[in-house]
Amino acid sequence: MASEATVLIQNNGHSFSLPTIAFQGLPSTLCKGCGHNSITSHLIEACKSVGVNPYKTVKFSGIGCSSKTPAYFLQASHGFNTLHGRMPSVATGALMANHTLGAIGVSGDGDTANIGLGQFKHMCRRNMPLVYLVEDNGCYGLTKGQFSATADMHAHLRRETGEENTVPPFDLCLEAIIGGASFVARSFAGDKKQMIVLLKAALVHRGMAFIDIISPCVTFNDFPTSTKGWDWARDHEQPLQELGFVPRLAEITVEQKEGEPTKVQLHDGSWITLRALRHDEHNVTDRGSALRLLEESEGRGEFLTGLLYLDPKRPNYVDMQNMVDTPLTHLSDEALRPSRETLEAIMTTI
Amino acid sequence: MSPTASVVELVPVLDGATSSSTSVNDLAIRVGTVNGSGSQSANLVLLRALYGMGIPCSGKNVFPSNIEGLPTWFHIRASARGYVAHWPDPHILVCMNVQTAADDVRALRPGSVCIHRDDIDLKGIRDDVRFFAAPLGKLAEGAYPSDGKDKGYRDKLRKVVNMVYVGVVAHATGIEMEAVEAGIRREFPGRKAKAAEINIAAATAGFEWAQTNMPHDLPFRVARIDGISNQILIEGNKAAALGVLFGGASVLTWYPITPSSSFAEYAEEFLKKHRVDPDGKRTFAVVQAEDELAAIGMAVGAGWAGARAITGTSGPGISLMSEFVGLAYFAEIPVTIIDVQRMGPSTGLPTRTSQGDILKLHLLGHGDCRHIVLIPGSVGECYSLTIEAIDLAQRFQTPVFVASDLDLGMNLWLTDPFPYPEKPLDRGKVLSAADLDRLGQFARYRDVDGDGVCYRTIPGTEHALAAYFTRGTGHNESSGYSERPEDWKKNLDRLALKLETARGVLPKPVIEGDPGAKVGMIAYGSSHPAMIEARDTLRDQGLTTGYCRIRALPVSDEVIHFIERHQRIYVVEQNRDGQVYGLLKSALPGSLADRLRSVTHYNGTPLAAENIVRPVLGWEMSPTGPGWPTGDVKRDNPDVPHDPEPSAE
Repeated sequence: MASEATVLIQNNGHSFSLPTIAFQGLPSTLCKGCGHNSITSHLIEACKSVGVNPYKTVKFSGIGCSSKTPAYFLQASHGFNTLHGRMPSVATGALMANHTLGAIGVSGDGDTANIGLGQFKHMCRRNMPLVYLVEDNGCYGLTKGQFSATADMHAHLRRETGEENTVPPFDLCLEAIIGGASFVARSFAGDKKQMIVLLKAALVHRGMAFIDIISPCVTFNDFPTSTKGWDWARDHEQPLQELGFVPRLAEITVEQKEGEPTKVQLHDGSWITLRALRHDEHNVTDRGSALRLLEESEGRGEFLTGLLYLDPKRPNYVDMQNMVDTPLTHLSDEALRPSRETLEAIMTTI
Repeated sequence: MSPTASVVELVPVLDGATSSSTSVNDLAIRVGTVNGSGSQSANLVLLRALYGMGIPCSGKNVFPSNIEGLPTWFHIRASARGYVAHWPDPHILVCMNVQTAADDVRALRPGSVCIHRDDIDLKGIRDDVRFFAAPLGKLAEGAYPSDGKDKGYRDKLRKVVNMVYVGVVAHATGIEMEAVEAGIRREFPGRKAKAAEINIAAATAGFEWAQTNMPHDLPFRVARIDGISNQILIEGNKAAALGVLFGGASVLTWYPITPSSSFAEYAEEFLKKHRVDPDGKRTFAVVQAEDELAAIGMAVGAGWAGARAITGTSGPGISLMSEFVGLAYFAEIPVTIIDVQRMGPSTGLPTRTSQGDILKLHLLGHGDCRHIVLIPGSVGECYSLTIEAIDLAQRFQTPVFVASDLDLGMNLWLTDPFPYPEKPLDRGKVLSAADLDRLGQFARYRDVDGDGVCYRTIPGTEHALAAYFTRGTGHNESSGYSERPEDWKKNLDRLALKLETARGVLPKPVIEGDPGAKVGMIAYGSSHPAMIEARDTLRDQGLTTGYCRIRALPVSDEVIHFIERHQRIYVVEQNRDGQVYGLLKSALPGSLADRLRSVTHYNGTPLAAENIVRPVLGWEMSPTGPGWPTGDVKRDNPDVPHDPEPSAE
């Protein structure tokens, strides 16, 4: 076990310790009480707990409040604060360049559901191997509270004019499942226990691990009737499962049955244990079942959290490229430039 | 009046070897046909036959934005003097398309030859052109009779018809049938041997018909010479694709758009063939992205993570890439972008050529952006400058553009075989974990060497000092967020210094011509072939010129010195507003700026020598300018009679 001050990291057969400060980052400049800060601290905990190697991890974000947070964790990792809604493409390119990197992307509801919906869904379609977090508060924080595409129907702007949102929201979990992401979950910034378990599972998943995290905006969208506010979320949260995470040590897989716990093996051999509490009709590895569950819960106004969908077998886009083991970034001149004879041979065929 | 001189092609000013007396090895053929009718093979056979006879030649496919049904033309030029630029007035016109035949004939110069399908009625259009109605359909059926079983026969026959006119043209011009045969076998190799035999029979039928039915002394002839040596025929996009292969690019991202798609497709084909290790694993990744935003985003991400990343697109794609290019400039991320320019604005003429993006490429992004732009003037440079661009992007940690265009990219040009790159791959200033150990410190945006180019670490470097946070926001030397005025300004000034450092090592302009000439010509990119021809024509008319072909932006001091050495300088380019003319003017002191005059061409056709000669002579003969354009839109664009436009809708 790692001591309090250091974290033990396993890396390609050898292990080393890093001080916990390597997992932390700069002080947050977000508002006090912002759900995003809770998520950052849960993420740090999860990374330490599974022994993420910061040197081999890259952080990405788009633009917005949420997208500032990669500066607040894993300071020993390279990070890239990209363009509004375009984090998926940058992450995709980086993972092509170096397929040995682990990746964490942080986005917001405006960044993903509005300007970035196209790239988000194509990333799901490619099942890119990264943890994709949406810190979802239903509004634009940095530009002072405008509606995002996950804003509640009939929500009102927190201004004197109080405009009403008259178009229904996107459910990003539905979009992710339809798009092809192989790990789709929803959680709540205030539920530390559940979030850490989901994050740990997401970090070891070899495919796109999407978590929509309800993260109240204390400044622009935290009032009692908002489904993205603290009170509403606490009162209406319906945990799907009680989750437990057992790294590496394999247990036996069983089919999820009504009322009984289900263990699902993740890509790297570790397991996630699910206990279906209220929605025992839900089969977490069945897309149709997951989609139905979300549709029905929306009708009931429920706030479902937990692992909604998991397909540990779906190949990810990086593995599908059939690239050499050495990351493209580190290939030698000889590997990157064919021989003089090859050029001469090509010239005779033109 | 504006110093911008436009040119209307329809008014012929030159009368070279094209009118009446017999010319040898100075030939322009135009085939008017229907898109999707399978004439491409026939036209390539004609081109390859001329190539096989050792005559310098070029082929241009002037095609519509359409898969099937709209008019398309193939232009072939053969010239013993090596003139391979666009020639607006064909000597031989082949009419296969009833939709355009009459207009094509109306545009011919007196004395030209028109070979047409015998079911197209061109009687009475004009009497100063020689018409030959060839029974191409009947001849094709004779050469390739139906066996009554093949359900695809009519479709195949429709294609075979094209090869009949190849035989007719061969006879009319003196193209050797042996060269035609060799061209056909090349077009239908290996398993297509049966198709080759059918097509040879069709061409022979056409040739034999012409022997009996056409005069033997038509005035436009070709004859075998040794004018090509070991040169090859290749499109610029294929050449640039070879640049990707031999430039050591490792990540290629793209989104389909004419005229750049074939660049990416050729590149992927080459990479799959030549960049696979013995276990069948790839030393590259190619991603066809969901749009150009994603294509450039992926390339930027890959460049950031240390790959040699490249993307290719055309003008509309460049517009979409603008925001990412600004980010890559400011965050200092290597990425190479090939722009195969087409005619805009908007969707514009997507299958016509232009140099309309050049200024935008140089300044793309919002705020104070300025980029390196390499401008190939030949297919050889499409290859070599793509390699150079990939290296420069690494070296200067910035976006580098290669400004090709449709004429260069999609048409066939002669070139010497490409040389193997002798320089090792340039990786730029990258610090390893061992370097960090040795140095004991690292700041991503600190100008250690005083050249504006900072050191970077690659994500995945296992060292406590390696990590930094890349951001598009204002940053200090350590890449920390900063809104301090002094941090912001210092960073912008350093980026300017970096570009100035780059300016000294970019590909130099090619300067040639009479050093004593009072008149200088500046041009770039695909204008080069027409420039060669235009300068010869001007010399024949008593005007010697110096010539400076710009190959990179920002321009080097040699360009300024060239301007200083000449009294009058014509800047020739294929856009309306004289973009490089304006750029040079803004960079020069007034006395030098006043020496520049703009010669522009922007009607969608490739640049021809006469588009240069006419305005230059106009200026030279009148110090107040050629009087053209007048500035009156109607007078500058006279009506040209034509049949109604065919429509795909």
